Amino acid sequence: MDDASVEAMYQEIILDHYRRKSHSGLREPFSCQVGHVNPTCGDEVELRVRLDGDTVADVSYEAVGCAISQASTSVMSDLVIGQTVDGAFAAYDAFHKLMDSQGVVDDLDAAEAVLGDGVAFVGVAKFPARVKCALLGWSAFRDAALQAIEGGAGSAKKESPHG
Amino acid sequence: MAYDVERIREDFPILSRAVNGHPLAYLDSANTAQKPQAVVDAIAEHYLSHNANVARAMHALGAEATQAFEGARAKVASFIGAGSADEVVFTKNASEALNLAAHTLGAGLKTGDEIVVSVMEHHSNIVPWQLLCQRTGARLRWFDITDSGRLDLDKARADGLINERTKIVSLAWVSNVLGSVNPVAEVADWAHSVGAAFVVDASQGVPHLPTARPLGDLMAFTGHKLLGPTGVGVLWGRGELLEALPPFLGGGEMIEVVRMEGSTYAPPPHRFEAGTPPIAQAVGLGAAIDYLQAVGMDEIAAHERSVTEHALARLGSIEGLRVLGPTTAEDRGGAVSFTLATRDGLAIHPHDVMQFLDAQGIAVRGGHHCARPLHERLGVQSSTRMSSYLYTTTGEIDRLADALVYVRDFFGRV
Repeated sequence: MDDASVEAMYQEIILDHYRRKSHSGLREPFSCQVGHVNPTCGDEVELRVRLDGDTVADVSYEAVGCAISQASTSVMSDLVIGQTVDGAFAAYDAFHKLMDSQGVVDDLDAAEAVLGDGVAFVGVAKFPARVKCALLGWSAFRDAALQAIEGGAGSAKKESPHG
Repeated sequence: MAYDVERIREDFPILSRAVNGHPLAYLDSANTAQKPQAVVDAIAEHYLSHNANVARAMHALGAEATQAFEGARAKVASFIGAGSADEVVFTKNASEALNLAAHTLGAGLKTGDEIVVSVMEHHSNIVPWQLLCQRTGARLRWFDITDSGRLDLDKARADGLINERTKIVSLAWVSNVLGSVNPVAEVADWAHSVGAAFVVDASQGVPHLPTARPLGDLMAFTGHKLLGPTGVGVLWGRGELLEALPPFLGGGEMIEVVRMEGSTYAPPPHRFEAGTPPIAQAVGLGAAIDYLQAVGMDEIAAHERSVTEHALARLGSIEGLRVLGPTTAEDRGGAVSFTLATRDGLAIHPHDVMQFLDAQGIAVRGGHHCARPLHERLGVQSSTRMSSYLYTTTGEIDRLADALVYVRDFFGRV
């Protein structure tokens, strides 16, 4: 790995989201709230999901951490809000696959069709130590959404401390 | 004779390797130090020619291994100016040494007793005391720091922090984040004036500063920050105090007579060394001490001070960089922690800083450096830390400073 690939990892779009995080700040109402943390680096996210039927009506969060984790959470929220839960989970699966790719993706266009700006993180996959940064917000979203479904969308608030 | 850092670097093979296509600039010695060839050779020699268990193997190899292991204990004792080798307990690291201190010193604590640490401690000098408080009902209190990152003795005195309820005071000699050298002699006097025991976490001190006499009543440090291998640490204890302390871990080696109805225990230091100890690691630590003494601890301290002065000057002049802790080299160790922001005020996270530095072969640490409460106190989530040792050059600091400007401007392009 050389300078070029570290600069390639920090795409303009990632820096833009780091600078101006979308949907940041915890909002009411919400179906479920979870807290996720990367103990090794100290990155933390508190994330709320509101489901409306089978639609992801809102995602809001408070997060601290590196540019990769912050931008990834921001891009994720842009992407999943307004989607069906199934569509959002498909995006989660596609993003996970992208992170597991080690930066070698057969069909980047197909990935972009599902992930939009999320494909900008393909460079992160070349840095295994940083993959967990990119996944932090996504994992929190999936966890919160699953709990919201379990508890019945729009029902009781649940908090779940999570490693 | 002038200090020849280039000559010293030749003794550390790893320092001549490349990382990501660049010469390695290793600025993470507060995390762990690199090892000279002599230490690696001593460990290899031990395993290849003298390996046996200590104290219980009666054959020739057993005698050689025991002699090497106890010889290393004597070297440690001499290195820190201890009165006797029996005051040196080998542990697996400084954390275990501090846990040993907490378990044994704290065995008789009760509700109403107080333990005092500081907000600048490494987690290893906080959590064992928190656990002790949970076990005994004692209360944990702590020193604050001043705005310049020094221990706030005045505030502590005004608050009566150390008082007749205080049973144990435990303090870092040198902060692993701020670099501050704490006034341990003053705190020792204060602790002793109320009858409290004083424990010193010397992990960042003993490797860097001449230690004419051990500090406090118990003093912990680790081998791997001292050019030695991982897996061996030290708890020094004042002789009569160690004599009075109960065992920590039970097992082989630490006993006198074992009966099913009850056992009696070996005198110090073996009372605190249950099971097969880190034999080869202790031998390696002994070789590291030989190496440091051959270079000279006064010379090393002087070299590190000049490197720290250079680092504070170079890093301190970078717009957007904030040094956490003292900004002059007086009473200051070689750890320099900082935050970095773009010209328009965007904070650049330490892990992002590190990633760029690593791409240029520069190794630093980013995060909370096992001192989360200190970072909270400073109002930052985390920081980037450079730290030096006897082999660090001002050229490496210059590379770091140039790379930091590059990172700042990379994140600052709007």
